[in-house]
Amino acid sequence: MTTLEAAADAARDNLAALESEAIHIFREVAGEFDRPVILFSGGKDSTLLLHLAIKAFWPAPVPFPLLHVDTGHNFDEVIAFRDHVVEKYGLRLVVASVQDYIDDGRLVERADGTRNPLQTQPLLDAIADNKFDAVFGGGRRDEERARAKERIFSLRSAFGQWDPRRQRPELWNLYNGRHRPGEHVRVFPLSNFTEADVWNYIAREQVELPSIYYAHQRKVYSRDGMWLTEGPWGGPRADEEVHELTVRYRTVGDGSCTGAVESTASTVEEVIAEVQASRLTERGATRADDRMSEAAMEDRKREGYF
Amino acid sequence: MSSLLRLATAGSVDDGKSTLVGRLLYDTKSVLADQLDAIERASVDKGMTTPDLSLLVDGLRSEREQGITIDVAYRYFATPNRSFVLADTPGHVQYTRNTVTGASTAQLGVLLVDARNGVVEQTRRHAAVLAMLGVPRLVLAVNKVDLIDYDEAAFTVIAKEFAAHATSLGYAEGTVLAIPVSALQGDNVATKSENTPWYSGPTLLEHLEEVPVAPDPHEAPFRMPVQYVIRPRTPEYPDYRGYAGQIAAGTVRPGDEVVVLPQGLKSTVESVDTADGSLDEAGTGKSITVVLSDDLDITRGDVIAAADNAPKVTDEFTAALCWLSSKQLEPGARVLVKQGTRTVQAMVEELNARFDEQTLSIVDAPEKLELNEIGNVSLRLAEQLPVDDYTVSPRTGAFIVIDPKDGDTLAAGLVGHRFSQLKGVTEPEVA
Ligand SMILES: Nc1nc2c(ncn2[C@@H]2O[C@H](COP(=O)(O)OP(=O)(O)OP(=O)(O)O)[C@@H](O)[C@H]2O)c(=O)[nH]1
Ligand SMILES: [Mg+2]
Repeated sequence: MTTLEAAADAARDNLAALESEAIHIFREVAGEFDRPVILFSGGKDSTLLLHLAIKAFWPAPVPFPLLHVDTGHNFDEVIAFRDHVVEKYGLRLVVASVQDYIDDGRLVERADGTRNPLQTQPLLDAIADNKFDAVFGGGRRDEERARAKERIFSLRSAFGQWDPRRQRPELWNLYNGRHRPGEHVRVFPLSNFTEADVWNYIAREQVELPSIYYAHQRKVYSRDGMWLTEGPWGGPRADEEVHELTVRYRTVGDGSCTGAVESTASTVEEVIAEVQASRLTERGATRADDRMSEAAMEDRKREGYF
Repeated sequence: MSSLLRLATAGSVDDGKSTLVGRLLYDTKSVLADQLDAIERASVDKGMTTPDLSLLVDGLRSEREQGITIDVAYRYFATPNRSFVLADTPGHVQYTRNTVTGASTAQLGVLLVDARNGVVEQTRRHAAVLAMLGVPRLVLAVNKVDLIDYDEAAFTVIAKEFAAHATSLGYAEGTVLAIPVSALQGDNVATKSENTPWYSGPTLLEHLEEVPVAPDPHEAPFRMPVQYVIRPRTPEYPDYRGYAGQIAAGTVRPGDEVVVLPQGLKSTVESVDTADGSLDEAGTGKSITVVLSDDLDITRGDVIAAADNAPKVTDEFTAALCWLSSKQLEPGARVLVKQGTRTVQAMVEELNARFDEQTLSIVDAPEKLELNEIGNVSLRLAEQLPVDDYTVSPRTGAFIVIDPKDGDTLAAGLVGHRFSQLKGVTEPEVA
């Protein structure tokens, strides 16, 4: 076998194993919980999550609704994609709206205009109001050091909080989903996917994604070393020059703090090549919220974030 | 050669596990610029002149503050020949439960010792856990050889002592390799060190790339715990009824004779389905949906198994436990046992033995089992379960013990595991 063939084999085995693991996790939750829900933003990880859920229960429909925590700072293409997917698969979508919370005073807009940290409260309220007991998230351990520490079944307190010092042992593939009333479990079927795995799997399965993941022309301005897009979140300021560039997004989050990367990758194959050559992690390249501090992600998770 | 290797580090606190993992990631160019920036900044803040590579894995605030690992970190890297899933586990005795978590799925254990101290109590504890869990191969990474002037004699003493210990734990010759390394400087991690001309073996990375992985037990008889019954009841599939699960052992093909346990109902596999179409054959680890040719009453928790080689169905068995809770176990305790996809009530009737992993001896009929202790117990279950011996079929012989009161995971369980299976340990017959 040549090195190239061996490498291709390795990649195929790896994706097959990751797929089977994720499907197993979905089915465990369907078998053991009363009211699971899939967090769905329309981004690539949650789209992949849904794709795997569909495969897990085929030919039956996915037995869970979707929950979108909507920051109000959206990319139009992503919302359109979300609605298209919901319609196509006949799913039920629950939306928890940060804007509603700001409008009626339950939340206050931050000085920096970023709404990512504001998602936690509407998320926790939606979980409590709908009595969701298992919440699937698209988090991956390779995204960030604190995520690398989280279990596949991650118990959250009645306040939605993650306590990293009190995680249960997680042995073999025997997941323990026991929780008390009011508590819930966050479940991460993509835990062991890397960014490269995600893209290779998207290519293999021909998963449809929002167009902004591929290269397109966009008016952007530079802030904190990132290319942000114009939008209702108050940019650009007078001193921020607008450029028209060919860009794409590596992650999709709140529009006010998700940066675009300059890229001409317009197909999955080109994106895979680009990801492989990149010297930055996807969060490092595109997320202002994670640059805030060494422990930004851990702190948000402790508060109940995804 | 298998293309995916799952490995876990183990060994005493501060012996350099996280640094070694960081070094492996760094030397295989698996660390990206922003991650490196972040740890360089943090290292400068701590007054260090070179980046502290352990910060690549010690991702929690309290880990960085205390300079120790508290919980398992999972990291991924690949070389042209293999993909690796790496579990970096804590050495501190208080967090042994997290070490067991990381080791439970490992195909290779990388056990570290500090070359200045050699094999210590925690090394022996972790070696015993790895042996119990059936991790088939070990590397003894004799770390910090830079601090002993790359002394061959000291390395040899440690390697010999450990080889004897590993043999007592049942590791056959050729399954344990000792490598002198410096995680800090990189000696023999990804590049052959000039400081150890007396060492002619592979570097750690070479070994990881080449070490044979125990083949999937394709010969093993088929086992699949049913996770979920798929009944679409849609116009397109009005009568479809499939049993969804992940193959725990063996392979399955259409036409295979199977038995559904614990009921003992016989049937034939009509098709092996996936969303990508039906398969001619599916092997261990694959998630599938099985359609049977008879209309049977099958639910989550049942096991579909090869008809000619089925597991025994029983409501009592003996098992080894790695006790992972600070609540101690006493005879008569009521617990929950989760095995496969079924959770049943159980009573611990007898504590038969405790394995003293330090002296490799057996303590008969202990009064209790405490945190991090390894014991053998007799369990009686409220329902019949199809079980295999862990040593024969790990995925159907493994179970977890859950506290019915608060849902905590109390122990890792291994059906049928006897300490006499660890070579060199003699134990009295269990009644
Ligand atoms: N001189 C020298 N120091 C090392 C070497 N490897 C690790 N160290 C140092 O040993 C200390 C502990 O290293 P860690 O990697 O955190 O140890 P660990 O085994 O992960 O510790 P726990 O996870 O808490 O059990 C750190 O100060 C390291 O810099 C080595 O090869 N040589
Ligand atoms: Mg460590």
